[in-house]
Amino acid sequence: MGILLLLGSSFLPARTWVVAPGTALSRINDAIAQAKPYDTVLVRGGRYREAVVVDRPLTLRGEGRPVLDGEDARQPISVRANHVSISGFRVVRSGSGALEDLAGIKVYNARYVYIFNNDLDSNFFGIYLSNSRLCWVSGNTLRAYGEVEQTSGNGIHAWKCDSIFITDNRVRGHRDGIYFEFVTHSRIERNSSTHNVRYGLHFMFSHNDAYMHNTFAHNGAGVAVMYTREVLMRHNTFADNIGASAYGMLLKDIQRSEISDNVFRNNTAAIFMEGCTRSRLERNEFRQNGWAIRIQASCENNVFRHNNFVANTFDVTTNNQISLNTFEYNYWDQYTGYDINRDGIGDVPHLPVSLFAMISEQMPYAMMFWRSFGVLLLERAERAIPSLCPDSLRDHSPLMKPYDAASSKHQ
Amino acid sequence: MLKIARYAIYDILRNRFVLAYGLFWVLVSMSFFNLESDPLKGMASLLNILLMALPLMSIVFSTIHVYNSYEFMELMLAQPVRRSALFMGQYLGVAVSLCAAFGLGMGVPVLLYDGSPRGLLLVGCGLALTLVFVSLAFLAAVLTRDKARGIGLALLIWFFCAILYDGLVLMGMFAFSDYPLERVIIALAFLNPVDLARIAMLLQLDSAALMGYTGALFHHFFGSALGIGLAVLVLAVWVAWPLLWALRVFQRKDL
Repeated sequence: MGILLLLGSSFLPARTWVVAPGTALSRINDAIAQAKPYDTVLVRGGRYREAVVVDRPLTLRGEGRPVLDGEDARQPISVRANHVSISGFRVVRSGSGALEDLAGIKVYNARYVYIFNNDLDSNFFGIYLSNSRLCWVSGNTLRAYGEVEQTSGNGIHAWKCDSIFITDNRVRGHRDGIYFEFVTHSRIERNSSTHNVRYGLHFMFSHNDAYMHNTFAHNGAGVAVMYTREVLMRHNTFADNIGASAYGMLLKDIQRSEISDNVFRNNTAAIFMEGCTRSRLERNEFRQNGWAIRIQASCENNVFRHNNFVANTFDVTTNNQISLNTFEYNYWDQYTGYDINRDGIGDVPHLPVSLFAMISEQMPYAMMFWRSFGVLLLERAERAIPSLCPDSLRDHSPLMKPYDAASSKHQ
Repeated sequence: MLKIARYAIYDILRNRFVLAYGLFWVLVSMSFFNLESDPLKGMASLLNILLMALPLMSIVFSTIHVYNSYEFMELMLAQPVRRSALFMGQYLGVAVSLCAAFGLGMGVPVLLYDGSPRGLLLVGCGLALTLVFVSLAFLAAVLTRDKARGIGLALLIWFFCAILYDGLVLMGMFAFSDYPLERVIIALAFLNPVDLARIAMLLQLDSAALMGYTGALFHHFFGSALGIGLAVLVLAVWVAWPLLWALRVFQRKDL
């Protein structure tokens, strides 16, 4: 923003318009109408009941957290110009509609829009970027109280965007925390998206994006990413997504992507993969999940390397008899082999698919007999002489100790 | 009755089995918690051992104890002592000493290494199973006068509860896999104390997996006050009915 102001000031003497209740300038739209491009509109604390439309390059700054109230009928802020910055507002109660997706802050066909340090509460959609480029959404808090999918909107929603940055936001209680459709070359960092009705993160056709250091937890259905290639997901946390159709991460038709250094904790299914090809999953930690990886027959040429599987009920299940994916150098806490030459790699291959996991795929309530002695015997017998499990799905070089990224010995 | 229980405890302590038994649990739990990097994983392995070994050891030990104290009981019955007091005293003595050995042997390491409600539940399940299997042992021991046959019967009971039952139910499940069996399975779980203990722990250890598919129903049922209350009640019934039956037999028995 500093650069913006500098740029502005070098061309014209930029003015600051102060809006405050009870003064001559008590409406934000009036100030915008009088402002020249690259001026600043400073809004003092108070409640403003208007549908603000920013139609020229402006810095719109709230001081003392002014409230923009949509009164469940309007869209509090619409941005229809390039070079706009919006900060310091509290945006509440946008209208909701079935025909138009009203949002707390909506950006139309713009470039260089900066939205930061705003509080959004009880909006239908939170921040909505439509057909925009080079925008920055950072440090906002979004809160909604959706109960069913049909009547709530997404937190941060982007449609047909390129090169946008979504950083340090907190989203809670929306339908999907972060939703992307046709969004490319973007970065999503350090956000937290929790307790959303449906997905914490949901994207489709969004190629070449990077997701780093985000947290997705307690979402109705976890995270779903689909029909996308060249995604980078690193250092994210996927936790506590629990339910019959909840996934830490649901990967559908994902190609040439990298998913590494993530933590998956206490999800019903940590990763569910369908139609994924040529992706790498490395150095992830799977802990206390019901199913760590459920990989469907339609996945091929994926590489699972240096992952740690600890205290999951089932590590891997598949519906395929032959495995077209590579598992190597992972640590499996259920591995029972030995390491005579002491190189840290088990001498017998590990078969991560357990018989009982296969059985309970077909008969879910068989789960009730998990950890029973008879089942344990069956498991051991199957491990020794595999007959039902796909024995081509095996880790030929299982690690004896959990992989420690800091001291990476096995490359 | 309490006096007889006290004598029974002295008697049991003298042959040192109970000490070794307590020590066994200390060793097992310590080694599992040390071997497994994750306390949760240690707990899971411990549960496997517990569900196998605890019923076996408590039922065999108690049966042998009853046979060994027949002479003592005959002697006592020559005195003005009621049969029910003598019998219940013996039960109390065995149950208290085994529970104490197990409770200390496993309780202390679990508290030290884990200390969560999960751990307490594991110990609680173990204590309940001890009471149930001591009770079953007394039944086995009064049903026949021959020691070898009595121990055989005890082993049979153990084998059925710990291994066979699950196998049979699993087979039945395969056979009827086209039908919705959730409620039937809940009912069947109540018919076997070992299963009841196992499922109680399962809900703690594998809750994430259980929430998938139909698991939610089990979670709902066993997590509710009704489910927990019912489970405790059924365990109490499992302690009571073999014991009362055994008492009836014992009172009419020609020693």
